[in-house]
Amino acid sequence: MDIRVFLLLLLVLVSSVEHGFSLYEDQVGLMDWHQRYIGKVKHAVFHTQKTGRKRVVVSTEENVVASLDLRHAEIFWRHVLGTNDAVDAVDIALGKYVITLSSEGSILRAWNLPDGQMVWESFLQGSNPSKSLLSVPINLKVDKDNVILVFSKGFLHAVSSIDGDVLWDKDFSAESIEVQQIIQPPESYVIYAVGFVGSSQFDVYQINAKSGELLKHKSAAFPDGFYGEVLLVSSDMLVSLDATRSNLVTISFRKEEISFSKTHISYLVGESLGIPVILPSKLSGILAVKFNTLLVFIRVKSEGKLEVVDKIANAAAVSDALSFSEGQQAFALVEHVDGKILLTVKLSHDWNSDFLKESIAMDHQWGLVQKVFINTYIRTDRSHGFRVLIVMEDHSLLLLQQGEIVWSREEGLASIIDVTTSELPVEKKGVSVAKVEQNLFEWLKGHVLKLKGTLMLASPEDIAVIQDMRLKSSEKSKMTRDHNGFRKLLIVLTRAGKLYALHTGDGRVIWSLLLPSLRKSGSCKHPTGLSVYQWQVPHHHAMDENPSVLVAGRCGPHWDAPGVLSFVDTYTGKELNALGLTHSVAQVIPLPFTDSTEQHLHLLIDSDQCAHLYPRTSEAIGIFQREFSNIYWYSVEADNGIIKGHALRSNCIGVVDEYCFNSSDLWSIVFPSESEKIIATATRKLNEVVHTQAKVIADQDVMFKYISKNLLFVATIAPKASGEFGKPTPEESWLVVYLIDTVTGRILHRMTHHGSQGPVHAVLSENWVVYHYFNLRAHRYEMSVIEIYDLSRAENKDVWKLLVGKHNLTSPISLYSRPEVMTKSQSYFFTQSVKALAVTSTAKGITSKQLLIGTIGDQVLALDKRYLDPRRSVNPTQAEKEEGIIPLSDSLPIIPQSYVTHALKVEGLRGIVTLPTKLESTTLVFAHGVDLFLTRIAPSRTYDSLTEDFSYALLLLTIVALIAAIFVTWVLSEKKELQEKWR
Amino acid sequence: MDKGKGVMVGGRRWAVDFTDNSTSPSSRDIPDPPGFSRSSQDQDDSTLSRQKKDAESNWKSQKAWEVAQAPFKNLLMMGFMMWMAGSTVHLFSIGITFSALWQPISALQGVGKVFESYKDSRVDLLGPKLLFIALNLGGLALGVWKLNTLGLLPTHASDWVFSLPPAQEVEHSGGGILLR
Repeated sequence: MDIRVFLLLLLVLVSSVEHGFSLYEDQVGLMDWHQRYIGKVKHAVFHTQKTGRKRVVVSTEENVVASLDLRHAEIFWRHVLGTNDAVDAVDIALGKYVITLSSEGSILRAWNLPDGQMVWESFLQGSNPSKSLLSVPINLKVDKDNVILVFSKGFLHAVSSIDGDVLWDKDFSAESIEVQQIIQPPESYVIYAVGFVGSSQFDVYQINAKSGELLKHKSAAFPDGFYGEVLLVSSDMLVSLDATRSNLVTISFRKEEISFSKTHISYLVGESLGIPVILPSKLSGILAVKFNTLLVFIRVKSEGKLEVVDKIANAAAVSDALSFSEGQQAFALVEHVDGKILLTVKLSHDWNSDFLKESIAMDHQWGLVQKVFINTYIRTDRSHGFRVLIVMEDHSLLLLQQGEIVWSREEGLASIIDVTTSELPVEKKGVSVAKVEQNLFEWLKGHVLKLKGTLMLASPEDIAVIQDMRLKSSEKSKMTRDHNGFRKLLIVLTRAGKLYALHTGDGRVIWSLLLPSLRKSGSCKHPTGLSVYQWQVPHHHAMDENPSVLVAGRCGPHWDAPGVLSFVDTYTGKELNALGLTHSVAQVIPLPFTDSTEQHLHLLIDSDQCAHLYPRTSEAIGIFQREFSNIYWYSVEADNGIIKGHALRSNCIGVVDEYCFNSSDLWSIVFPSESEKIIATATRKLNEVVHTQAKVIADQDVMFKYISKNLLFVATIAPKASGEFGKPTPEESWLVVYLIDTVTGRILHRMTHHGSQGPVHAVLSENWVVYHYFNLRAHRYEMSVIEIYDLSRAENKDVWKLLVGKHNLTSPISLYSRPEVMTKSQSYFFTQSVKALAVTSTAKGITSKQLLIGTIGDQVLALDKRYLDPRRSVNPTQAEKEEGIIPLSDSLPIIPQSYVTHALKVEGLRGIVTLPTKLESTTLVFAHGVDLFLTRIAPSRTYDSLTEDFSYALLLLTIVALIAAIFVTWVLSEKKELQEKWR
Repeated sequence: MDKGKGVMVGGRRWAVDFTDNSTSPSSRDIPDPPGFSRSSQDQDDSTLSRQKKDAESNWKSQKAWEVAQAPFKNLLMMGFMMWMAGSTVHLFSIGITFSALWQPISALQGVGKVFESYKDSRVDLLGPKLLFIALNLGGLALGVWKLNTLGLLPTHASDWVFSLPPAQEVEHSGGGILLR
């Protein structure tokens, strides 16, 4: 009996470990959502034949090649290429293959247009870095084989479009020519490769398209020199700028002699307008030159004569010319007029007539138009209509047709930089049930269906309806706070400088804001968003204030550029305040103090190591002054291999600013540059809650965790091993990990893994750190865990003292007391390479933890922390087994059911964020990359609430049945008693 | 009874009187049945009742001692059960331990009741009561000991510190790699 019970318990325990997070098929989509994106579109090629589905093939800055449905914007197929496999060009060949050139012109791939399967792939040889050009001539045939011309890495390749074989190639790397254009006039079998030699010589190579033979080489010197690139305006004319950027140079290259013709721009335009930029749009006979905001169209006549056709003040973008019926060519021009978009389609040969002119009202949160792609279609009356695809400032993609936005895709969400959360408003009283549940009949019907489902009377159609109801439950997408804290707002900052609020229930965008302070302006030329922080989180005081977030950014690519701050209300999505800073933003340190309106104090460190306090109020400075001597900060200079600790000293010298403090160096750790290079750091999350400082181990013994918010994990590797895989030998590569106290600079622990190399991913939580690296000796990935314990508290073991509370375990401690520590560590093999590492976090920190591993397959795997316990041994004792220690194995198990992303993929996975809910057992996991995915997991199962599939109906039935039984038996017993008395 | 009486009332025709008040056997024709002695009837009423009471109190005190010793058997039984249950925490061992704890406690609560029936001015119940209490306390001790072996008593430091929140740190430090 005894043993049987024990076995049963063990079985329950084991099964809970293995399937604690697995889902049933009908639970998919119940508490998770997945959104698919592609990123900011770089190139678009339309494929709109009369038959078949109309589609557009795009390549994006997230290295995605995708085919979209032109009607509904659905993704037909999508391929996410690797992070260093950027797409250079896209085209369609033979009407059935999508050809992509990527990786700086070294990989050419063909994808099947309808289903996106790869047909062939060619690796193109070459060594010289150069422009990558792709040209798919329509009727250039070699041996009945359509040829694709690719210029990359100093070679011109002719590639068969059927199987990707290189038919011939021509080496230009010895010629010192910088090839700018590959021109293949449609009527001939001659290919022209044109380019510059040095800055003032123009060369033309004529090549036989069938064999790759060099037919002719012409060269001409242009003493003024060239600037930038050349643009092909017609089949025999090129345009470029001269070195002074004040003249336009037209080059006629197909005649016997190369001839140049120079035209002064200010003479042409009539006035000096600033620095000209030639737009790369191919407009056939016309070129567009941009001066700041003014766009000037210049027609190129024969003999290199130039003539200004039009000047447009608010032009945003120009598309390439598109040839439609009878050799007519049209292009689209987009202007911004009075907050609306003015789309004009013009014919290249006839400027004065607008083929189409449409004005479209547009949400200003999309920003300005950045790119336009034009496509034509035949209307029912057999005339030509045009649709355009536009890419906006916030990276979103829109299709315009007949003066309307047919669809839009928020592609900004494919490039999330930072994530934070905000609570939703509290539910107001007085909202009736009817309002929430639409109408009573529906509500009743739903419940009847549910009852049918629980009683297993439902037909398959009913089950489908029930499933649909569960997925679209209005409960999870309400705009109010819920009891369990599942409903929140995710505030995400994207690379375009746009802030989105996503609902955790169904992932819809509640509001979006293209931050005005992160848009290009006169004072801020290249703004970039850096990070987003919780600024004001009202919960106890200031309840009627709305919560707000702080967005930090900077006005330039370098870290000494002046910073910008923006404060955004998370309920309304309005910018409350924006600050253009005079100092730079090198670091933002949220302090653990709040003022009376629950604004969090933040310390901004600039590039001169001065600290600036925000909010700039006297109250904040009062709070800050009280804690002044206890505030430190540290900087990790990864390039120099130095970690420095700083303390605040006094107000800044030179500027009168009571919110500015200068700091002095306290300590520094210098890693020898010849042997160690910093590759990864990790700290504890600021909002992590730890429930207890003690860890009870087998035999009632207790160990005290070393729990410090000021713990920094640093991983360094040998500089030789920082290259690619396979380059370093195990002898010359090592990985050194440190645990550093960032207040005193004390190195608490140092450990070397010989024969190991990066990349290192690490996560630090409570008193442990887990990191992932590659072991060169074993040729496998490994994960290691270090747990750190405080020995200075270990004496506190007298029960009586603890009983009466005579201990100092909870009194505040100073890190200068230098507590004695002890570490335990263990390593395990792990079969997958990792993209991101995170750990679950819960409201009170009681629930056991799971590691969330973003795998190379773009999935998120949950791994119980118990597998990474340095106290694991091959044969655990009975007491250790009872404690839950798993017998040691050399590798960590990957249980297929524990993928929290189940069957889905988060393409291009970059980060995993965990958000605690009010329900202690549960945590929200948000994984972002090109795709977004959010789910709810319970690492120790939902021990504090009934599960979703709990049958309330059954419970109710049971209760009713029990009550009925009580009544019946009561009546029966009464009767019997009476009879007994009568006897 | 009533029925019989009714019948008797209705049809009483003859009667035999069996009562015989004579004490001397000689006065009767019929000898006394063997084993019958007239002298027993002659005993004094007072002595008879005293004797009776003595016997009863004897019996009562004997019984009281018996009752007082009864938990001992229980104790042995419990000890055996506990040994069987083992030292791991599961349903069986917990049940046994709690019953081992509950039985003595409830018994101790009902000490008065248990010995009520043996209450007598002449019976000294203090001894049995003390024994009863001692044995039950022994049983209780056994239960507590079992509880301890199961690890359910807060006798270790770990039981007092397991939920202590981490100590606050005086210093605060932040920073990291420069924002890019």
